[in-house]
Amino acid sequence: MRKKSFPLFDTLNVTFLSLFSLAVLYPFWQTLVLSFSDANNASTLGFHLWPDQWVTDAYQFVFTFQNIMVAYSNTIIRTVIGTALIVTCTLLTAYPLSKKDLPYRNYFTAFFLIAMFFSGGLIPNYLLIKSLGLLDNRLALILPGAVNVFSIIIMRNYLMTIDKGLEESAFMDGAGYFKILTSIVIPLSKPVIATVALWAAVGHWNAWFDAMIYIRDPSKTVLQMVVRQMMVALDLSQTQFGGGGMSNANLLLSNVRAATVMISIGPIILIYPFAQKYFIKGIMIGSLKG
Amino acid sequence: MDAVLQRDQQHRSKPRNENLIRAKKMKTLYLMMLVPMLLLFLFHYVPLYGILVAFKKFSPGLGIWKSEWNHFEHFKSLFHDFLFIRALKNTLVISVLKLIVAFPAPIVLAVLLNEVRHVMFKKVTQSISYLPHFMSWVILASMVGEVLSPQRGIINFVIHSLGGTPINFLADKNFFIPALIVTDIWKEIGWGAIIYLAAISSINPDLYEAADVDGAGRFKKMIHITVPSLVPMIVILFILSLGNILNAGFDQILNLYNPMVYDVADIIDTYVYRKGLEQFQLDYATAVGLFKNVVGVVLIVGANAIIRRRSEHGIW
Repeated sequence: MRKKSFPLFDTLNVTFLSLFSLAVLYPFWQTLVLSFSDANNASTLGFHLWPDQWVTDAYQFVFTFQNIMVAYSNTIIRTVIGTALIVTCTLLTAYPLSKKDLPYRNYFTAFFLIAMFFSGGLIPNYLLIKSLGLLDNRLALILPGAVNVFSIIIMRNYLMTIDKGLEESAFMDGAGYFKILTSIVIPLSKPVIATVALWAAVGHWNAWFDAMIYIRDPSKTVLQMVVRQMMVALDLSQTQFGGGGMSNANLLLSNVRAATVMISIGPIILIYPFAQKYFIKGIMIGSLKG
Repeated sequence: MDAVLQRDQQHRSKPRNENLIRAKKMKTLYLMMLVPMLLLFLFHYVPLYGILVAFKKFSPGLGIWKSEWNHFEHFKSLFHDFLFIRALKNTLVISVLKLIVAFPAPIVLAVLLNEVRHVMFKKVTQSISYLPHFMSWVILASMVGEVLSPQRGIINFVIHSLGGTPINFLADKNFFIPALIVTDIWKEIGWGAIIYLAAISSINPDLYEAADVDGAGRFKKMIHITVPSLVPMIVILFILSLGNILNAGFDQILNLYNPMVYDVADIIDTYVYRKGLEQFQLDYATAVGLFKNVVGVVLIVGANAIIRRRSEHGIW
């Protein structure tokens, strides 16, 4: 078809895109190298594309240091519970809103949509959490984001496109809406559920600001906050993760931080090849106007 | 569109009773929504009440209701507050620069990717391009700090080997905003390109074939077919970005900035955060936040209205 080839352009294009990919990946690589280096290696001037020798001191430090592991498990807990809650709320809302014959549907839809426009803002949200007594409570990380309007829209748009025939015949057989939702609608919408769940999971995994303002107790903090505190501190002894004889002369804070960054992005990188298509599906369905 | 309107009118002309009877039959559906609605009400609508703090001399001991009114004191002093004016200016400067420099980047990437014939290469490049999108700014800022580091960073290594003195980019007023823009492109270029690539793939292949018959080369087809067919999408996304102009990137800046660059880096959101949750001037910070949110809602609703008028369908 395209007979007029343009080899010069192709060469330049592929070269440019390859350099672009390398540039995108380089910060990840430098962090990886740093995480496998020790203080000697990291403090000499110059950058390192390859460590002088691969050492795992930083990882040993991270994996044996209890506060970091507690934060890691807190991140896992909030991700699992938070994602389950978001998916449940999304299904319970999107299914009724996808029924065109639901009386007063528009008012209910508006109730959810309006929330996308207005928010009280940072301080009113903080005051609410405070007056609910949720400061330093894990619920403060899970409940405020439990109803995700964007996910609801995506899910609703999808549910409106699935065949109503099965549902109707189940209805004739005397199944209630709840039964239909669990036994027909959910199995039919697995791809969208996966999309919503993955989005929610990445959101929870990466969340840090809520933990920063609502959580003081180190035993309830999340991994992202550990990284952030390591960024603000100048050396290991200044962090709550360093003191008490836990500092290690062979390691700079940067080594430990790099290792913490790696264990925190590890799970995302691992699921990335499989999860990609679902992430993309999300914006495709979302951009279809409902 | 018309069909929807007609159906709506039919709904409205139905006697209320009939609606109520049907609603009763479908009550399970309303029950399903009950808990999500309560959660949304509690965490989205109740904080609206907290906005009152902006109009009070707030004392946590008295609570919102019992605190005294401040007679709009905060809103009057807003424009005499040098730090607020600085934050407003920085917000606009950073947003506009991002619109000019970062906004076109995904379009360029999408067009270039579209020209790649090797399917595998295209796929891999695309997957790499949106990897940073899935990381938080905490993580990315930590990486950026290393890459730009005066001791270990690759850029300073190059500067150093060329005989220059290393630059502490993130602590330098001249370099902080460029660093913001470049890192913003790094995080979002691939993700932004997806929607343009989808638009490109929906271009009618007949157009390209017709151009082939007319003897157009690849480059001409790119410039005269691919790019023009992206224009509607570009316009919509551009208007949406204009609506978001007061959001200059809170997460990004909060994780990258430091007191040495506040002069150019402090935006409204970071100012609200520091005033409110570090200095605990809750009432004033709420007033600043309210100002931003009201202008922001006007801009977003305005942007959506423009899009609706242009294309007969808004973003919802």
